[in-house]
Amino acid sequence: MAPLLDVKNLSIGFGEAPPVVAGVNFSVHAGETLALVGESGSGKTLTCRSVLRILPGAAQLRSGSIEFGTGASRADLLGLSNSEIRAVRGDAISMIFQEPMRSLSPLHRIGNQVSEVLTLHRDMSLSEAKRDVLATFERVGFADAERAYRAYPFEMSGGMRQRAMIAMAMVAKPELLIADEPTTALDVTTQAQVLGLMKNLQRDTGMAMILVTHDLGVVANMADSVVVMNKGHIMESGPAAAVLGAPGHGYTKKLFAAAPMIPEVAEPSPPVVEDDLILELKSVSKTYSVRAGGWRERKLVHACSDVSLKLPRGKTLAVVGESGSGKTTCARIALGAEVPDEGSQVLFRPEAGAEPINIGALTRAQKVAFQRQAQMVFQDPYSSLSPRMRVQEALTEPMEIHKIGSKQERRDKAAEMLRWVGLNPDMLKRYPHAFSGGQRQRLSIARALTLDPVLLVCDEPTSALDVSVQEQILTLLERIQDGMGLSYLFISHDLAVVARIADEVAVMRQGVVVEQAPPDTLFYNPRHPYTKALIAAQPEPDLNRPIDLEEVARGAGSPDGWSEEFRFEGIDAPDLIQVQPGHKVRCHV
Amino acid sequence: MMFVRYAAWRLVTMLLTLAVVSVLVFIIINLPPGDYLSNQIAELRATGQAEGVAKAEFLRTEYALDRPLWEQYLIWVGVWDGPNGFSGLLQGDFGWSFEFDAPVADIVGDALWLTVLVNLAAVLFVYLVALPLGVLAAARSATWVDYTTAFVGYLGLATPNFLLALMLFYYGHKYLGLPIGGLMSPEFEGEPMSLAKVQSILVHLIVPTFVIGTSGAAGMMQRLRANMLDELSKPYVETAQAKGLGPTKLLTKYPLRMAFNPFVADIGNLLPAMVSGSVLVSVVLGLQTIGPALLTALKSQDQFLAAFVLMFVALLTLIGTMISDLLLVLLDPRIRYGAREG
Repeated sequence: MAPLLDVKNLSIGFGEAPPVVAGVNFSVHAGETLALVGESGSGKTLTCRSVLRILPGAAQLRSGSIEFGTGASRADLLGLSNSEIRAVRGDAISMIFQEPMRSLSPLHRIGNQVSEVLTLHRDMSLSEAKRDVLATFERVGFADAERAYRAYPFEMSGGMRQRAMIAMAMVAKPELLIADEPTTALDVTTQAQVLGLMKNLQRDTGMAMILVTHDLGVVANMADSVVVMNKGHIMESGPAAAVLGAPGHGYTKKLFAAAPMIPEVAEPSPPVVEDDLILELKSVSKTYSVRAGGWRERKLVHACSDVSLKLPRGKTLAVVGESGSGKTTCARIALGAEVPDEGSQVLFRPEAGAEPINIGALTRAQKVAFQRQAQMVFQDPYSSLSPRMRVQEALTEPMEIHKIGSKQERRDKAAEMLRWVGLNPDMLKRYPHAFSGGQRQRLSIARALTLDPVLLVCDEPTSALDVSVQEQILTLLERIQDGMGLSYLFISHDLAVVARIADEVAVMRQGVVVEQAPPDTLFYNPRHPYTKALIAAQPEPDLNRPIDLEEVARGAGSPDGWSEEFRFEGIDAPDLIQVQPGHKVRCHV
Repeated sequence: MMFVRYAAWRLVTMLLTLAVVSVLVFIIINLPPGDYLSNQIAELRATGQAEGVAKAEFLRTEYALDRPLWEQYLIWVGVWDGPNGFSGLLQGDFGWSFEFDAPVADIVGDALWLTVLVNLAAVLFVYLVALPLGVLAAARSATWVDYTTAFVGYLGLATPNFLLALMLFYYGHKYLGLPIGGLMSPEFEGEPMSLAKVQSILVHLIVPTFVIGTSGAAGMMQRLRANMLDELSKPYVETAQAKGLGPTKLLTKYPLRMAFNPFVADIGNLLPAMVSGSVLVSVVLGLQTIGPALLTALKSQDQFLAAFVLMFVALLTLIGTMISDLLLVLLDPRIRYGAREG
């Protein structure tokens, strides 16, 4: 039987430059899921968009054909006229994009945007379309379809918006669904649920799917066959079992080696010794009062409540949580960038045995000294370096502010720090735009190190990076810690990243720490249902360890669904209790 | 319901702002030393015209100019017992114009409505021209359409208004037989409204509307183009494209709705800019708007006339901002439901 979609010798390029997608061949059969895997710049997104011919204006289709359809209606999509391809879009082939936050128009109701697909392609009245849309909404898991129909996108969470996007893509019952990184912007438990939904829908409707992703874990959970791309070329392709089980190409092997995994642990690790604490958060709370408009009442938002954390000198404490868990607020409070509520205390000991300094009550001189000793590495290396400053200026500026050394000494220090992060001191004269994402993050780290800090707060330092680059940055952070004896407060949403670097992990959910232990203990014996859900939701690049959706659904929902010992109502959570040495869980005894 | 509450709240804040503005206007008008009457008295004394002095002294007490400033202000507003009892802005008494020797209401009466008319026509012109051209320029960006509209727009921005007015009068009269100057033919002045008078006003409006509106339209067009270009690169446009939407609807349904916000928000700025910007044009074109009256009043320290005109412009501004705020709430659900998000 002929494949549903047959891409042959596809090449795409910009201007005079060599093609960014070169001679790509693959085919998708009806009902099959093909995963297009690659890192940024691999051409995977351009490839999948060329199927619907939704390409940037400057992109040229240089060669190839994309045959689609069955029987008499089979045609080369690249040869269709503009109005013919419009008839295919959204009807026979539909698409889901990466960012559910921005892929829906904020000014139109969800129902309007979804039913538009039907009024465009079917000869349907609005009320007929609405009936179909409501049915689809129920199918994708909206509890109150009627309400979702009336809602605006900003009234929904990211996961709900992506469900709405999926409904939009499914409502016309397409033969092929193209999903471009559909879950990359979502929290891990939401990702698990959305992937599960897509899999169910596919099983029910028998449609084919092209899944574009950088995440081998997602591939292992979803794909029947895999195409691995790098720099516009196909590196390896074949059935998922073959590619994932025994990767043949060196690049695929490299991807596997870099993919972070939650380890399977044989026994718990001993508790961390807590005698010399560099940083200590004592029952820290932060409440924001939000007022949306002059004529509305104020509302209290608890960003974090009663958080107590201890970071021993030279160790790494990781705070893990999904969006809205309060992890970044904790980091900001620890750095004194945010003033916590009354009764909270943040203590900092610059050296072993020194008198603790209260971050909440610093004198001016103490504050300057503290800012020198505690530095931060930010999430987005693209926006955290000024594009108008040379590397040298960016690296010497902190020392100028703190009036350290002469000009020559500052320059030497900057060069030395570049060497520490694995860059060449020749690069001092360059501007940030000349560097890749991974190199920029190295620069950010180098900048944080120029002041010889003792504490580094890393706020999702690898989240914006490709997996292979993430691997390098984590290795670098470990090397610096060993070499300089730094202590890290490491903020992340990714348990697998944390598994590798942390000595102690605190899992946060909606402003409270629900479980805290060394990573091995946590993975060996997770106690809290939310921790279990986080671990279960992590997609592993291993066909034998699929996502356990039931576990995810049990723990990621509201506390009502948890077992008796963890359950609570409102913000009246039970206390954090030490169940074993070094292992704390928020539960009723 | 929410909207009604918001509108009421907005109205109250507008009135409060107006009160503050009235204080500021009054202070600014009184900042230069002396006033119209004391200047006149000094001049009359110097030239030895005693009987004029008596009249000026009478007017001084009549309009309470001999009292302290704060009392003058309260009397002007109409909340203080003045020489004629409570008689001020609140009671509809706008005061006396010393320069024209007549009540302010009589002097600005007709001009007020003509001002509103001219400026509404100009605002309408701005929107009708800027909307399609801005969208077109964005949709066909970096093509000849874009460059032509930008060139014409910049030409409109760069040409001084009075020069444009003179040129348009000359060529408009020569080739189209358009009337020169004024807002109506002289025979209709002071006449009651009739069909012929309306017709005459409309014909006379063509050139002023064009002159006052061009620069506003050019600026607005460029802003709309820039907004549209920003919106066109957003992912939701791709989503709409992937649905199979046709090119025209793709443009008008999604990005235009988004780009519309700043467009609406500009109403508030547009109105006062046009009124004050059209003073010079009104003088050159001989329009009977309040522009020329304001100019004379400011030059001769005719304080009640000047204060009234400034208050009127302030009122227009506030009404303009209020309209745009209310429209934004209607147009953008994110503003409407803002509280639910937090």
